[in-house]
Amino acid sequence: MTVTDQPAAASATRRLTTAKAISEAIAQEMERDPDVFVMGEDVAAYGGIFGSTTGLLDQFGPTRIIDTPISETGFIGAGIGAAVEGMRPVVELMFVDFFGVCMDQIYNHMAKIHYESGGHVTVPMVLMTAVGGGYSDGAQHSQCLWGTFAHLPGLKVVVPSNPYDAKGLMTAAIRDDNPVLYMFHKGVMGLPWMAKNPRSIGPVPAESYEVPIGKAAVARPGRDVTVVSLSLSLQHCLDVADELVGEGLEAEVIDLRSVVPLDRGAILESVGRTGKIVVVDEDYRSFGLSGEIAATIAESDPGLLRAPFTRVAYPDVPVPYARPLEYEVLPTHRRIREAIVSVAGR
Amino acid sequence: MDDELRRGFYRQMVRIRTYEEAIRADYHADKTPAWDIGAGLIPGEMHLSAGQEPVAVGLCAHLTADDGLTAPHRPHHLALAKGVDMRKMTAEIYGRETGLSHGKGGHMHLFDPSQHFSCSGIIAEGIPVAVGQALAFHRRGTTNIAVAVAGEGAANQGAFHESLNLASLWKLPVVFVIEDNDWAISVARTASTSVPSNATRAAAYGVAGERVEGNDVEAVYQAAGRAVARARAGEGPTLLEVHTVRLWGHFEGDAQAYRGDELAVAESHDPIPAYEAKLRADGVLDDATVEAVRAEAATEVADAIAFAKSSPEPSPASAYQHVFV
Repeated sequence: MTVTDQPAAASATRRLTTAKAISEAIAQEMERDPDVFVMGEDVAAYGGIFGSTTGLLDQFGPTRIIDTPISETGFIGAGIGAAVEGMRPVVELMFVDFFGVCMDQIYNHMAKIHYESGGHVTVPMVLMTAVGGGYSDGAQHSQCLWGTFAHLPGLKVVVPSNPYDAKGLMTAAIRDDNPVLYMFHKGVMGLPWMAKNPRSIGPVPAESYEVPIGKAAVARPGRDVTVVSLSLSLQHCLDVADELVGEGLEAEVIDLRSVVPLDRGAILESVGRTGKIVVVDEDYRSFGLSGEIAATIAESDPGLLRAPFTRVAYPDVPVPYARPLEYEVLPTHRRIREAIVSVAGR
Repeated sequence: MDDELRRGFYRQMVRIRTYEEAIRADYHADKTPAWDIGAGLIPGEMHLSAGQEPVAVGLCAHLTADDGLTAPHRPHHLALAKGVDMRKMTAEIYGRETGLSHGKGGHMHLFDPSQHFSCSGIIAEGIPVAVGQALAFHRRGTTNIAVAVAGEGAANQGAFHESLNLASLWKLPVVFVIEDNDWAISVARTASTSVPSNATRAAAYGVAGERVEGNDVEAVYQAAGRAVARARAGEGPTLLEVHTVRLWGHFEGDAQAYRGDELAVAESHDPIPAYEAKLRADGVLDDATVEAVRAEAATEVADAIAFAKSSPEPSPASAYQHVFV
């Protein structure tokens, strides 16, 4: 088993989209372990609405890449059942927003069975799902919701921001004996039919590797302000940090990579050096990740901060459809930049 | 069947198709050369209803503004046939302040209280809402009914089955309509559904069930008439499945490679030319009428789109309104 958190130099020149990196990780685990299989809506011939299973049907056939009816309670529950019998299903919930129709299986079963059984039963299952907005898909197809799932004990919540991490985190998620919710933002997948995003294509080693779940990455070192983010927002933070160099401001950008476990140590270590923090989160502002990070600092050492705790998050409104409305409330480059500059005291 | 009624069916189907073709053209007009779902005058997902006009038209001919209807993610044909204002609906789709929801909803979330019309983008989740509308109508002693429309893929969701049981148990004035277009995105009906006809599932809940083959507006009209009459008479719900056709992709931009040869077959079953030919053969339509129907539809649609395009965008600050009353 290879455990790394930086691209291996040897194959770092091969560039994949995040979607391709995810499907490659699944394929390699399926080759390695006959207990791994995939279920979900449109995962076979279509290859996943967001490309997460493209090519897998041709390679593994319909007995291991299984199209399901639109019956999320049924097939997520079936994934749980197969997992408790020792298989390692990778189940796709097409949009995280659809969790409403199947949440009982997710939070009362997938998340709790191990605990309820006193540790005797494991649920080694990956539930992967598309999150995020920015393309006018409205209130029922654009949410992030990682805070909702992170709030429930028993689920690991993985949120990659780039192709390299996406592959390594998916490999780690499939091998993990815990249930893992793997949330990919549509905007980081490198899809040909979405806004083109250079950070959604990147170097990915051909060989199998794991990125450990629960370990944040310093995506960009800096001395002036700690910027903590994840998923598509992380990419925006890197863009803004690059711009701010010209103004003599060095932001340190931390990619959480998972919400559960939350790498609190990485946050505290960075804030301990900079004394300033901006959390950038596309999930709803209240009762979520950004508040949890504030609590983490307050509980550790409130004196760490030399400027007010600052967050750029989704205000507590449903996702609006029209572009001027949605871009008012998304964590945009403009909002991120203003927050960093303000916290830096520039 | 009355000639004027039949011409009305034709007129409404042409109106809906003209609308969908215009939306389709504008949707794609400014997404080139690098196609981006979030770009252009009409951003986001777009699920168009071409081919499914007979369901909406045959059904809604029996409904009044005071009857309820819940539509799924593919709602335009149902909205227009139900009587939702074309201008306001179009402005919503173009994300304008004058839209049904001031730009907050979008094409999957059309709400028109004056027509008791709503949509949900979540499969099958509009169905229980129709049951609740029927509960309200029933408790208030009206003869209004509610109709839940969903695709055949939705008939494998728990909400569909729970709603049938509830409506039957409480003998509510509901008509459940399944639009079977053979495809749940890329998953064929035969790969998703354990029975050849969802109408047979009605028996499990003690309600009447009927399947309409042929995607024929008149057959839909007759079957829906029986179902609506039962509901209005207090005889409880009906489950109606119409075998229809999805002429275009699940959403715009769907390459539909998964359909293979079936797509050409589907395209040869366009219900509008077929109905036009039938009415011509029966002497109900002539060149002049066809021409007039098309011109009238084109004018109305052009007006609605012009209204949308000339309407202001919502102010960004309005994003914070309407979270609570």
